[in-house]
Amino acid sequence: MSLNLMQTFSIFGFFIILLFIVGTYCLVVTRNILRAVIALEILIKAVTLLLIVVGYITGNVALAQSLVITVIVIEVVIVVIAGGIALSVFRHNDDLDVRRLQNLKG
Amino acid sequence: MNLNIFLLVIMTLAALWTVMARSLLKATMGLAITSAILTILIFRMASPLAAVFELSVCTGLITVVFVSTISMTKPLTHKEIIEASKDRLKRFWYLPVIMILAAIGLCFLKIPGDIKPALSTGTMDVRNVLWNLRQLDMFGQVIIIIAGALGVAILFKERKDEP
Amino acid sequence: MPSLIILVPLLGLIILNMPIGNFMRRGAFWFAIALFSAQVLLAVFHHSLAWTGKLPPVDALFKVGFTIDHLTFIMFICIGLVSFSSLLVARHAMGDEGELFKFINLLIIASVGMSGIVMVKDIFSLYIFLEITSIASFILIAFRKDVYGLEGAFKYLVLSAVATILMLTSIALFILVSGDTSFSTIGASLQSGNRVIVMLAIGIFICGLFIKGGVVPFHGWLPDAYMSAPAPVSILLAGIITKAAGIYTLIRITSAVFGFIEPVKAILMLAGTVSILFGAFAALGQNDFKRMLAYSSISQIGYIVLGAGTGTALGIAGAVFHLFNHSVFKSLLFVNASAVEKELKTNDMNRMGGLSYRMPITSATSMVGFLSTCGIPPLSGFWSKLLILIALWQTGHFAYATIAVLASVLTLAYFLMMQRKVFFGKLALGLENVKERGAGIMFVSIALAFITIGAGIFFPVIYNNFLLPIKEILVK
Repeated sequence: MSLNLMQTFSIFGFFIILLFIVGTYCLVVTRNILRAVIALEILIKAVTLLLIVVGYITGNVALAQSLVITVIVIEVVIVVIAGGIALSVFRHNDDLDVRRLQNLKG
Repeated sequence: MNLNIFLLVIMTLAALWTVMARSLLKATMGLAITSAILTILIFRMASPLAAVFELSVCTGLITVVFVSTISMTKPLTHKEIIEASKDRLKRFWYLPVIMILAAIGLCFLKIPGDIKPALSTGTMDVRNVLWNLRQLDMFGQVIIIIAGALGVAILFKERKDEP
Repeated sequence: MPSLIILVPLLGLIILNMPIGNFMRRGAFWFAIALFSAQVLLAVFHHSLAWTGKLPPVDALFKVGFTIDHLTFIMFICIGLVSFSSLLVARHAMGDEGELFKFINLLIIASVGMSGIVMVKDIFSLYIFLEITSIASFILIAFRKDVYGLEGAFKYLVLSAVATILMLTSIALFILVSGDTSFSTIGASLQSGNRVIVMLAIGIFICGLFIKGGVVPFHGWLPDAYMSAPAPVSILLAGIITKAAGIYTLIRITSAVFGFIEPVKAILMLAGTVSILFGAFAALGQNDFKRMLAYSSISQIGYIVLGAGTGTALGIAGAVFHLFNHSVFKSLLFVNASAVEKELKTNDMNRMGGLSYRMPITSATSMVGFLSTCGIPPLSGFWSKLLILIALWQTGHFAYATIAVLASVLTLAYFLMMQRKVFFGKLALGLENVKERGAGIMFVSIALAFITIGAGIFFPVIYNNFLLPIKEILVK
C-alpha cells in the first residue's frame, strides 16, 4: 500500500472516531427523544464515511457505493419510524422528555 | 488532501454544533449541514452516485421528516427554553473537553503500519454491482420500504379514542 | 429454488396490499397460514425435491446463492411454528379486522426477514435482513400505541440501531482486510489480515449480536420490550426474533467466518454463564408474570450461547436443539401468559392464585413448559441441556458445567414459585368468573405442549436426522 493511501486512511479514521465520540456522548447524555435520534444519525454518518473511505482505499468504490445506498435507504426508514414513535409519545405525554419514560425499568 | 482535512474539520464542528444546539430546529439544521459536507466528501472519494443519494435523501428528506415531526410537537415557551438550555449546558460542556482529549490521545495512537488492504482490481460499474451482484439487497430494500409504509400508516395515524 | 422462500411472501404482500377489494383482507389470514405451514412442512421433509430442484425462469432472474443446511432447516421450523402460534393468538386477541390485516402484513415481513437471516451467505445481506426483522418488530411492539408499548419500542429501536451501527463498522473493517463481503472471502482472509484490525472487527461484531440477542451486559431492552408488547408480539419476540437475529447469527457467523478461535470461545462461554446466572437470579425477584418469563429467556439464551461456545459438534448440536426447544416452550408459556393476562387484566402474580381450577388446560400446559425449561426428563429441554453439559464436560470446562447444573435448580425454584402463585393454591378473590379462553389459543397451547413432549420422547430420531448432520457447518 502506498504511503499516501495509508495517510488518507489514518486522517479519515481520526475524524471518524471523533464523530463516533460526539454521537455516543449525545446518545448517552440527552433527555429528548428526537435528540437521541439525531445522535443516531450522526453515528450513521460516521459509518457511511467509513464505508466510503474503505471502498476508496481498497479500490472497491462500486461495492462501497452500493452498500452506502442501501444503508441510506434503511436509515431513512428507521428515522421515519423513530419520528412516528416520538410523535405518538408526544400525543400521550405532551412532551418528549425521556425522563418521563420511566414506567419500565431496564 | 488539504481540502479533505478542511472538510473533515468543518464536518466534525458541524456535528458538535448539532449536538450542542439550543433548539431542536437548529440541531436539525446542523444535521443537514453535516450531511451536506459528507456529500462533498463522498463525491471527492470518487463515489458520485452515493453522493447524490446522500444529498437528496439525508440532506433533503430526513430534514423534512425532522422538521415536520418537530412542528407537530409542542414548541417550548421562551422561559422553558432558557431553563432547558441552562440544564443542557451543564450536561454538555464536557463534550468539547472530551473531544480535545481524545484528539490528543489519537495523535499518539499509531495506526498499525502493516495493514494490508485487499486491493481490488475489478472495474465494475456501480450499477452493475447493484443490480447483478447485490440483487438480494435490492429485494431487501423493497421489503424495508413496504415495512416503512406500514409503519407510517400505523404510527402517524391519530388514535380514534383520544379525547 | 430456495429463493422462493423470499419471493413468494414478497409477491403475496404486494398482491394483498393492492386496492382491489375487501376480500383480500380476509384472504390475508389464510395466505399467512398457508405460508407458515408450507415453510414448516418443507423443512421437516427436507429430503424432498423442493430444496434442490431447479426452476429455470426464477433461477435465471434471481441468481443469488443461499446457504441451505440442517441448521437452516431447524431455524425454518422454529420460524414457521412461532409465527403460526402468534398468528392464531392475534386472531383471537385483535377484534378489529383492519388491525389484524396490518398485523399479518408485519408478521409476514418479520418472517421473511428471519428466513433471509438464516439463508444468506453474505455479511451485508445479513445486515439488511436483520434490519427488516427489527423494523417490523419496532412497529409491532408499538402496535397498540399505548405508553408502555411506545417506550419499549423506542428502547429497542435505539439499542438495535446501535447494534447495527457496530455491525456496519465491523463490516467496513472486514472489507478493508478482505475486499468483499461474502462469508467465505472474509473467512479466508482473516488469517492473513492485520491482527489488531481483525480482532477489533470480530469483537465489535460480537457486541452487536449480543445486543440483538439480549445477552447479559446488553440485555437492558429485552424485559421491557417483551413485557410491553401486545400478546401475539411478545410470543413472536420471545419465541424467535431475538434468537434468529442474535443467537442463530452468532452461531452461523462464528462457524462460517470467525472460526472457533480461543478468544471467541472464551467470550461466548463467559457471556453465556453470566447470562444464565443473572437471568435466573433476576427472575426470582419478579412479581410480573411476563417480566419473569423475559428474565427466564435471558437465562435460557445463556445456555445456548454457552453450548455454542464449546465449539464442538456436540455443543453446537445441543445449542441448536436448545434454541428449538426454547422457542417452542417459551412461546407456549407466553401464549399462556397472554391468556391469563386477557382474562385477569393484570400481570401481577400476587393477585393471582388457584387458576388451575378455572383454567385447567392453561395450567397443565404451563406445567409442561416449565418442566421442560428446567430440564426434567423425558421432556425435550432435558436432552438439550444434557447435550450442552456433555459437550462442556468433554472440553474440560468443569466449572461452567457445574454452574449450568446449579442454575437449572434455580430455574426450577423460580418456576415452582410462579406455578404456586399463579395456578395452585386457593382461588384468589375476584377470580370466580375466570374462564378458559377460546378454542384457537387452546389448540396452540396443546399443540406446542405436544411438540415439547414429543421431541423429548422421540429424541433419538431427531438427533439422528436433524442434530447430528449439523456438524457439517464446522467443516469449511
